[in-house]
Amino acid sequence: MNLHSLTAHALMDLYKSGKASPKEAYEDVLNRIKAVEPKVKAYVRLVSQQPDYSGEFQIPIAVKDILCVKGEEITCASHILKGFHPPYDAGIIEKIKKSGGTILGIANMDEFAFGSSCESSCYGPSYNPWDLACVPGGSSGGSAAAVAALEATWALGSDTGGSIRQPASFCGIVGLKPTYGRVSRYGLIAFASSLDQVGPLTRDVRDCALLMNIISGYDERDSTSVNRPVPDYTKALVNDVKGLKIGIPKEAFADGLDAEVRRSLENAVDLLKKLGGVVHEVSLPHTPYAVATYYIVATAEASSNLARFDGVRYGLRARPAGLRKNALVDMYEETRAKGFGDEAKRRIMLGTYVLSSGYYDAYYLRAQKVRTLIKNDLDEVFKKCDVILTPTCPTVAFKVGEKISDPLSMYLSDIYTIPANLAGIPSISIPCGFSKSGLPIGLQLMGKAFDEEMLLRISYTYEQNTQWHLKKPNL
Amino acid sequence: MSISKEDVKYVAALARMDVPEDKLEGFTRNLGDIVHYVEQLQKLDVEHVKPTSHAVPVGNVFRQDVVKASLTHNQALSVAVEAKDGCFKVPLVIE
Repeated sequence: MNLHSLTAHALMDLYKSGKASPKEAYEDVLNRIKAVEPKVKAYVRLVSQQPDYSGEFQIPIAVKDILCVKGEEITCASHILKGFHPPYDAGIIEKIKKSGGTILGIANMDEFAFGSSCESSCYGPSYNPWDLACVPGGSSGGSAAAVAALEATWALGSDTGGSIRQPASFCGIVGLKPTYGRVSRYGLIAFASSLDQVGPLTRDVRDCALLMNIISGYDERDSTSVNRPVPDYTKALVNDVKGLKIGIPKEAFADGLDAEVRRSLENAVDLLKKLGGVVHEVSLPHTPYAVATYYIVATAEASSNLARFDGVRYGLRARPAGLRKNALVDMYEETRAKGFGDEAKRRIMLGTYVLSSGYYDAYYLRAQKVRTLIKNDLDEVFKKCDVILTPTCPTVAFKVGEKISDPLSMYLSDIYTIPANLAGIPSISIPCGFSKSGLPIGLQLMGKAFDEEMLLRISYTYEQNTQWHLKKPNL
Repeated sequence: MSISKEDVKYVAALARMDVPEDKLEGFTRNLGDIVHYVEQLQKLDVEHVKPTSHAVPVGNVFRQDVVKASLTHNQALSVAVEAKDGCFKVPLVIE
């Protein structure tokens, strides 16, 4: 039996009926990794710890190289953190371990989650299982590629501007960015603290709900996590959208959207209508400014968060020859020059620039105000709609190398995903078709704050009435 | 606003990051493109708009002032590049 190709809920049914054991599942996934990992390169390293086969959910999991796992080397795919073995587990890693989850390995990503293609990783890129010449998306590209290539049943990613949803879309799987504060960020290496959220990447919507049940909830060690009860998300898996109000923003279907993506989305909207969903055309007039707003807010926060990587306590320390300014400053400057890749440097410099004296009001403060306008647009639409539906990305996966020398065109691939981070609302990407070239297309739903259940319900209904999620790449 | 090589050198110094001469031109061009792109925000009237620093507003978060188990001294120092006498060791600063 191909246990590696099953969903977690299918595995658990087999465990319950005694037809397969967690040990068999774990070993089958390891064999799959051996077979296809040389092509996909989803992982930066496998973990050596043996699973203990106890707990409710004994599911093989890939963890993005940004979440602290006690004793493992965790680097954010950056030279500057090489050799860093966190002495503690992130809040959600504790929960995963308690649930019985088996961590298979640490998944590749863009360096410090700066990117949409996985190409800025210091370990080199991961590849899209549907077409190895293409990127898997990013920044959680390794996580998405691992699930799509059947090298993990579940994966954890993080999403600051689309880093779960965009790779989920490129790899034909389900990815959810929860409401800001729903999941603990304790032990998540920070990129932009007001935008970052951890979330699941899975093969179907039921698995997404199951993993949300495990990772959601308050953690007093993250003072931005929100103390409200966690529902049983599997209760939201109702195959019915009758009367639910779906907003379609006209801005999302403007020029620049790939024709095949547009067609798949239109077909998906037609199906949801047929199933009883009520579709409204709506407007989000400030969303065309979302990318510009994001690249000010996110880089400003990143430049501050990444100040801690200075060679003093952990990770890389350069040992400059000779003396330029003074021994300590020379050490900082050379450590950071050697440790960070080009994209990290660009973002640190941009963030430093927009926060610097004389530019703060013109850039950073103004961007925070436009963030309010974007949030207000969404609030206004949610007065009359249950969800907002858009493409996840304007295109299917692009070729490795295609955008790496043009950072701005890379940034624009997050145009649909960024507004949810700026507004702190939950958002999911689910598969809704394939291009002629065989690459997956993703549909994005955004919901009201803490209404992940509505996203899951509509996604589940769509999934139950389509077959896209059942297709597997040939590797 | 356009970005000059001097601007790049200035922010790199603020960010404590050495930028080698041969990378300077590329970074200047990239940052210039991005700054030019984000200029579009200047078109919007934001005079009466309040800034959002956090999507989910939470007030002060308090906890009981009680001692709990945390990392030990040795665990914290286990990640150190260099440690001496129970401290992180850095290059000599004061002669």
